[in-house]
Amino acid sequence: MTAPLAVFFVLAGLAVIGAVSLILQKHPIHSALSLIVVMVALAGLYLLLGAEFVAAVQIIVYGGAIMVLFVFVIMLLNAGVEEHTSISKMAGAPGLLLVVALAGFVAATIARSSDGIQATSQTGEMSSTLGISNMIFKEFVYPFELTSFLILVAVLGASVLAQREKS
Amino acid sequence: MVPTNYYLVLSAILFGLGVFAFIFKRNVITIFMSIELMLNAVNLAFVAFSQALGKLDGQVFVLFVIVVAAAEAAVGLGIIILIARNRQTLNVERVDLLKL
Repeated sequence: MTAPLAVFFVLAGLAVIGAVSLILQKHPIHSALSLIVVMVALAGLYLLLGAEFVAAVQIIVYGGAIMVLFVFVIMLLNAGVEEHTSISKMAGAPGLLLVVALAGFVAATIARSSDGIQATSQTGEMSSTLGISNMIFKEFVYPFELTSFLILVAVLGASVLAQREKS
Repeated sequence: MVPTNYYLVLSAILFGLGVFAFIFKRNVITIFMSIELMLNAVNLAFVAFSQALGKLDGQVFVLFVIVVAAAEAAVGLGIIILIARNRQTLNVERVDLLKL
């Protein structure tokens, strides 16, 4: 087994363990910490794929900003252990069945088209950060500007939603 | 060199786990986190295809997805705070105003 393959399996195992732990944990703060493990493992996989800028953004935005927001809201609302009713416990079995069917369908599709996707070894050939910045500010400049409006609208919406109504 | 199929299978597994968490969890914050997990799984597939095809479009799309996820987290957590304030619970089964 080559070194990249070993690193891939370690990181993939970490990601899957974190995702399973997100489901099994009862307290939302433990689920949030499990999700951070998944995100850091995915950042490592992006580095393995030669996408260093995406890896940095993943750590900063997902691992930093978004998860801090989640943990902050969990602590603000004093969220406790979740309770399951008998109906929601029953919903687990069909849900598991659906997920297995979905994963099987995707895996079968990938296996059928496996000869179409051949990994070309060209990592490190081109600086991906330079290429990404060229694409964002040339080809994708209008979508990029639109996302800044989206962020502005989201900030306004969040502050309007969360403000205390005047009595 | 790791084959692209491995990344795609891992992406499918993570997406499936996200769907299961979305169905099974009862806490509205945890349901929101499972949406983030599904978005992350799709991002992994984007980057894997970007590397397999030797084009950077996939990585640019991932940046847009991350921006949308950040906006979604800000608005969604505001809505969650409203739910908690109005109904004094975070359990989605107690948020049943539209239920018969």
